[in-house]
Amino acid sequence: MPDIRHESVVLDIPEAIAVPRSRWPLKLVWIIPFVAALIGGWLAVKAIVDRGPTASISFRSAEGLEAGKTKIKYKNVDVGQVTQVTLSRDLRHAIATVQFVKAAEPYLVEDTRFWIVRPRFTGGQITGLGTLLTGSYIGVDIGQSTQAKTEFIGLETPPVFEADEPGRQFVLRGQELGSLEIGSPVYFRREQVGRVLAHELTGDGTGVVVRIFVNAPSDRYVNANTRFWNASGIDIVADTSGFKVHTQSIVSLLLGGIAFETPDSTVAQPVDDQTVFPLFSDRSQALKLPDLETIRFTLYFSQSLRGLSVGAPVDISGVQFGEVTFIGVEYDLAAKALRFPVEVSIYPDRLWALSRASKPPSTERRARIDGLIESGLRAQLREGSLVSGQRYVAVDFFPDAQKAQVDWTKTPPVFPTVPGGLQDLELTVANIARKIDKMPLDQIGVELHQTLRSLNGTLHTVNAMVKRVDTEITPAARQTLEESRQMFQSTRQAVAPDAPLQHDLRDALRELSKASQSVRLLGDYLERHPESILRGKK
Amino acid sequence: MKTGLITAAQCGLYACRVCGLVSRPAQAMGVLTCARCGQNLYLRRPDSIGRTWAFLIAACILYIPANVLPVMETGSLFGAQTDTIMSGVLYLWTSGSWPLAVIVFFASVTVPILKILALAFLLISVQRRSVWQPRQRTRLYRLVEYVGRWSMLDIYVVTILTALVQIHSLATIRAGPGAVAFGAVVVLTMFAAMEFDPRLIWDPVKEHHA
Repeated sequence: MPDIRHESVVLDIPEAIAVPRSRWPLKLVWIIPFVAALIGGWLAVKAIVDRGPTASISFRSAEGLEAGKTKIKYKNVDVGQVTQVTLSRDLRHAIATVQFVKAAEPYLVEDTRFWIVRPRFTGGQITGLGTLLTGSYIGVDIGQSTQAKTEFIGLETPPVFEADEPGRQFVLRGQELGSLEIGSPVYFRREQVGRVLAHELTGDGTGVVVRIFVNAPSDRYVNANTRFWNASGIDIVADTSGFKVHTQSIVSLLLGGIAFETPDSTVAQPVDDQTVFPLFSDRSQALKLPDLETIRFTLYFSQSLRGLSVGAPVDISGVQFGEVTFIGVEYDLAAKALRFPVEVSIYPDRLWALSRASKPPSTERRARIDGLIESGLRAQLREGSLVSGQRYVAVDFFPDAQKAQVDWTKTPPVFPTVPGGLQDLELTVANIARKIDKMPLDQIGVELHQTLRSLNGTLHTVNAMVKRVDTEITPAARQTLEESRQMFQSTRQAVAPDAPLQHDLRDALRELSKASQSVRLLGDYLERHPESILRGKK
Repeated sequence: MKTGLITAAQCGLYACRVCGLVSRPAQAMGVLTCARCGQNLYLRRPDSIGRTWAFLIAACILYIPANVLPVMETGSLFGAQTDTIMSGVLYLWTSGSWPLAVIVFFASVTVPILKILALAFLLISVQRRSVWQPRQRTRLYRLVEYVGRWSMLDIYVVTILTALVQIHSLATIRAGPGAVAFGAVVVLTMFAAMEFDPRLIWDPVKEHHA
């Protein structure tokens, strides 16, 4: 309530001016919190909508993983982030919980693979060098499956190829792995065209299964005829033809590798993904003609089999057409003796392939072999190489050989043999001995005896002559020597320092010296007193 | 507390907020304006409490993104990194710079929330016509108004770093969306403090004693 005392003061105060009230019922200031709520709400909605899926990836070790830092990258684009790193319940794995971006949702499928990218040296390549600076990240390879998945098992090593890399996988089966490892190169005509994806033992442990990936377009060179072999390291072959060294490249020396070749063929059937190719241990094995049919024979050699090994060739005039498959020892009950059977496989295709298209029937073939044996066909063990000492089985015609025939009753049939190799040498030695035997050694002995006797006579004559020299010439010589000795002695006496001749000579010289002194004095005097010649000494 | 003081409002007089001229209310209806400078005249700030609430609520809403969203995005050779205010504080704390961590935490987290709480407390106490400790509450108001600008520290740091560190691929720093929200929070709380009329604290006291 205004006070009366101040009424007059109040009246002096200027009056405020009234302006019409604005007709704006809504208070504008409330727009501000409204807008703020709108922004906040939009951010919240966006955060919820943009929130991608989460997945857990288990690794053997969480080395390099950091919650809130480590990124998931696909083709080096961030697609997520590790939000948590924990241990699995059984403490055997580290589990990384990953928050993906929204767009990554369709890619979390059954065959999507994750691995930790670290600096690595594998398969002859250095990868992940960038992670030295930025720290590790999780690499991802998006799978093709449609089955969604949220729990993954991370790979310990990066996959060899990405799922979208064009090319094909092939399965090889071999005896052993050699020095192959994941990432080992695959060569075609020494060009690297692929890599080894995986290797494992076969279920029964009798071999290894190797999965390889061949990049497009080289995968079209693989067809049903393709031969794969292990090109690991250096392949040194010492066989009957000497030493051979095969290598692919320096990389394969260190890392091993697989090479393949597709022999020319008119029928190149394409292969499906499930075809299992054999993995040969070396190139020569791989490229051997596919010998579909084999005939087996047993050979009995009567000599040592040292130097003959399984795999040794069987050849005819240098053309290989079979190989030794088995060498053993057996006890012959009937003969009560040890025998050494050598089993060989003959590839008749190599002999007949060119001569006719169709194979002869079995009986005709027997008859033909019998005919060849009739005309002297025999097996013989021969020295292949003097350097390596390897032997091989040669089949050749020996017209002089004893009559023999194939024992078709045995399995495998027994093929007749002739001695060879060292036995040949023995024969030669025997020949030489025989020739020596034929020489007239007795006669030579008698003649030698006579010669020696006459030589003896000659020696007697020489002896007599020497004796005469001794008796006749030697005394005279001794006398001469005595005389010359006396002469030397008298000479020595004359020349000796205390000899009278010496003494006399010294005296004479002394006198001569005195005389010359007097002559010099005279000379000096005359020089000073030349007149004394006329007037005489004063 | 001196109770004998007469306020201008009690006398029915208006003081111009800008030029300080005291005027009598006009007889005519409408909005009163200052006879000298033309500024609108009010006994108390019109709708002070409502407006302050409006700014305060807006600040409250934006306080969430300000702390959740990154305020700074650092890109360097060693990868990109985004930092929220709290992550920065935590980094400073774990790296051993405790005094710095405390300062940043105080200036950037505590001060805005304390300002919001203090203003809310003042508003509620005024609405409830509380007569409790008017002097202290006025002091609190002055403190809020004074301390408000210091919360802009973070924004200054980010803007200076953004301007300075632009070494292309080596290192770049950009202000994140959180910085905008944070700046808005600070500005809105300043507006709220400005809009609040401290004389409202004293009105119930006068009536109480009268």
